[in-house]
Amino acid sequence: MSRTISVTLKIWRQKGPEDKGHFETYELDNISTDISFLEMLDLLNERLTKEGKEPVAFEHDCREGICGMCGAVVNGIPHGHVKETTLCQLHMRHFKDGETIVIEPFRAGPFKVIKDLIVDRSAFDELIKAGGYISVNTGQAPEANSIPVPPENADQAFDAAVCIGCGACVAACPNASAMLFIGAKVSHLALLPQGRPEATKRAISMIRTMDEIGFGNCSNHKECEAVCPKNISIINIARLNREFLKAAFFSNQRY
Amino acid sequence: MKLDSKIPSGPLETKWERYRSEVKLVSPANKRKFKVIVVGTGLAGASASATLAQLGYQVKTFCIQDSPRRAHSIAAQGGINAAKNYQCDGDSVWRLFHDTIKGGDFRAREANVYRLAELSVNIIDQCVAQGVPFAREYGGLLANRSFGGVLVSRTFYAKGQTGQQLLLGAYSQMMRWVAQGQIQLFPKREMLDLVIVDGKARGIITRNLVTGEIESHSAHAVILATGGYGNLYCLSTNGRNSNVSAIWKAHKKGAFFGNPCFVQIHPTCIPVSGEYQSKLTLMSESLRNDGRVWVPKDPKDKRSPSEIPESERDYFLERIYPTYGNLVPRDVASRAIKRMCDEGKGVGPTGYAVYLDLRDAVKRDGRDVIEKKYGNLFEMYEKITGQSPYEMPMMIYPAVHYTMGGLWVDYNLMTTIPGLFALGEANFSDHGANRLGASALMQGLADGYFVIPYTLAGYLAGESLSDVTEEHPAFKEARLQAEEHIKKILSLKKGHKTVDQFHRELGRIMWDYCGMEREDERMKKAKELVHELREEFWENAIVPGDSNSINQSLEKAIRLVDYFEFAQLVIEDALHRRESCGCHFNIRYQTEEHEAKRDDINCAYVAAWEYSGPEKSETLHKEPLKFEYVKLAERS
Repeated sequence: MSRTISVTLKIWRQKGPEDKGHFETYELDNISTDISFLEMLDLLNERLTKEGKEPVAFEHDCREGICGMCGAVVNGIPHGHVKETTLCQLHMRHFKDGETIVIEPFRAGPFKVIKDLIVDRSAFDELIKAGGYISVNTGQAPEANSIPVPPENADQAFDAAVCIGCGACVAACPNASAMLFIGAKVSHLALLPQGRPEATKRAISMIRTMDEIGFGNCSNHKECEAVCPKNISIINIARLNREFLKAAFFSNQRY
Repeated sequence: MKLDSKIPSGPLETKWERYRSEVKLVSPANKRKFKVIVVGTGLAGASASATLAQLGYQVKTFCIQDSPRRAHSIAAQGGINAAKNYQCDGDSVWRLFHDTIKGGDFRAREANVYRLAELSVNIIDQCVAQGVPFAREYGGLLANRSFGGVLVSRTFYAKGQTGQQLLLGAYSQMMRWVAQGQIQLFPKREMLDLVIVDGKARGIITRNLVTGEIESHSAHAVILATGGYGNLYCLSTNGRNSNVSAIWKAHKKGAFFGNPCFVQIHPTCIPVSGEYQSKLTLMSESLRNDGRVWVPKDPKDKRSPSEIPESERDYFLERIYPTYGNLVPRDVASRAIKRMCDEGKGVGPTGYAVYLDLRDAVKRDGRDVIEKKYGNLFEMYEKITGQSPYEMPMMIYPAVHYTMGGLWVDYNLMTTIPGLFALGEANFSDHGANRLGASALMQGLADGYFVIPYTLAGYLAGESLSDVTEEHPAFKEARLQAEEHIKKILSLKKGHKTVDQFHRELGRIMWDYCGMEREDERMKKAKELVHELREEFWENAIVPGDSNSINQSLEKAIRLVDYFEFAQLVIEDALHRRESCGCHFNIRYQTEEHEAKRDDINCAYVAAWEYSGPEKSETLHKEPLKFEYVKLAERS
């Protein structure tokens, strides 16, 4: 049933990358529990604009949980406390009347804050650039059904491929590791016959780039899996490690 | 100017093959010297960037998101069509072509559509080779399903996330070429203007959305793959940042706009729940394969859907359209739903919703089977509404989803400005007055992977292009104009209404007066209302902040100013078309069964509009459509 609540928001405000940043507090009344978290922020921004103040900058686009653009740390948890849910799909019915909600940007060394809740996640593109693809030119592809894939492999590959690149895994990890992100990509491609020819090179190159950028390593806290809005399993990290070790020991590729 | 669609001569089946054999080629050594700009990184933009880079061109690719992987193609759910005939159910290139022409209500070009159908099979091969994890059968071969409005199973899918998987495939290919330095990537850039030198498209002006810097980029050709303009209606299934500005700016520089009033309203979206709703969420129409759409027979029946017995339900799509039942084309389904609600039979708190019930399918096939097909859609529905579709039927209502209209292009996908190409949803070309389900992904990828690589070469090889750099006066002038425009918008500090408020009001006018059912007097009224709202905007809007860093209010305002102008063209186009066809439904032109009534004698043409200057009526050009291969017929 639809009802309304009042909330206190403590939001991280930061003018630019060089600014130190600080929390500001806002009171919002009469929030319908049917609206989404981002719509609640829209309401706040509408009010701030009318008061002649600068609205809170936050990223968003599809607002249906698939583009990976949105994300903030809500009460200490990336994307908030509801499982398998991006910030845009989090609804106010999951908050209590009178609750104080603390909203911060995703924080990690490689994710520099650009403004308020917006961080620079271009490091993820750098990781994909390092080998998150199969090298096939347009026009070279063989007939699609000439490459049968056992459905269980296809399903597992799909489960890894649904990563939306939002960065919550990095924000949640005490080491700011991107192992779940690259684990998902390495697994997706390693599980498919099309991806095998480059599997060795891919695992080494993506790990090397991850280290160069300054992401940490995995030390099994499993925080990434807990906050992943797409439920990507840390099995993918195990598979990444396997691919990496295989590559490091049994191929002529060197880390 | 006379429109020339440049359709190759000869039989339909061999036009494209002949074109490819005869088109001029650029030598490998020369390709290196050509710079090509691609704006947009959805399926069309990403696939074009990757393929052109592979061929050796220097590609500069721009997108408004922080990463090219986030373009709105990512949200497409249901699938992608291809005439593979893997199911042996009678599909063929010809049938896909035929279905697309017919589904588009005979307002698309035969030659373009045939080429699209032909290329569909290559797309699937390409995507599988890239590692797109399509659904598979037990034996490991590709699975198919049937999709809105067709009788064969030709749709390939990856659960309800087909767009995501195809886009990530195209994005990964693009990143491969970024790594090799063949593509230079410019994320967080919004195109502000097109630069023309000697009558040819030679570059763009962009705003860096992070620093606010206005930048110039020159090239030998410009490709726009900037998607559709559904957000004109404010509430739509489009991403919040999708906008018309890039193609509108190109239009103002001389590119004709084709069929702007052809806006597809998708029948199965989650209904509007309140005033501050920011977007509408689509529920893939693949749900209509197993779902049944109904309302209570008695408008006064307010019981919970589970308490209403079978005999007291009106499965109105099955009743009115016995051949296709729940699978009728999108426009037909949307209007039938609207009619039920207008007659007072709608359900839910607002009365603007109908039931989409999958509970019979769950009983028939078991929960496991249904969950495998639609699991993620059901979860999404539950997240938004708080109700489980396994227990209660979903509630749906139509919403703006896709725009068939776009920049007019010839067979080469080139606009009326030499050197300016438009791909994917940004052009008008292949879907006529109504797009079939699972065909948008097909078109975006066909344009990008398989069409533009040939047609661009044809253009570059045939032109003598002078050296133009960013220092050319045309760039300086366009940059100055863009800066002035931004300054003017940023001077709006004393008003009382936010940009979002104005956008909501504009959307409301368009939805109410130029939406699913159109009427002459109301459309005339809409022109006045839009005009008044625009005047009010310049008096009473507030745009906070400056242009030296991220300023999302400014971004929205720049787009809204273009929507105000563009809205007038959409209404003008809807008013001038003296027929109903596909998604365009003028109540004057309808059959006794309330279906769209085409006028093939007078209206079988593409409306291509030419910009004539600020505040002036645009000039209409007509490209007649000839149907030599498909017999003009009513849809059943």
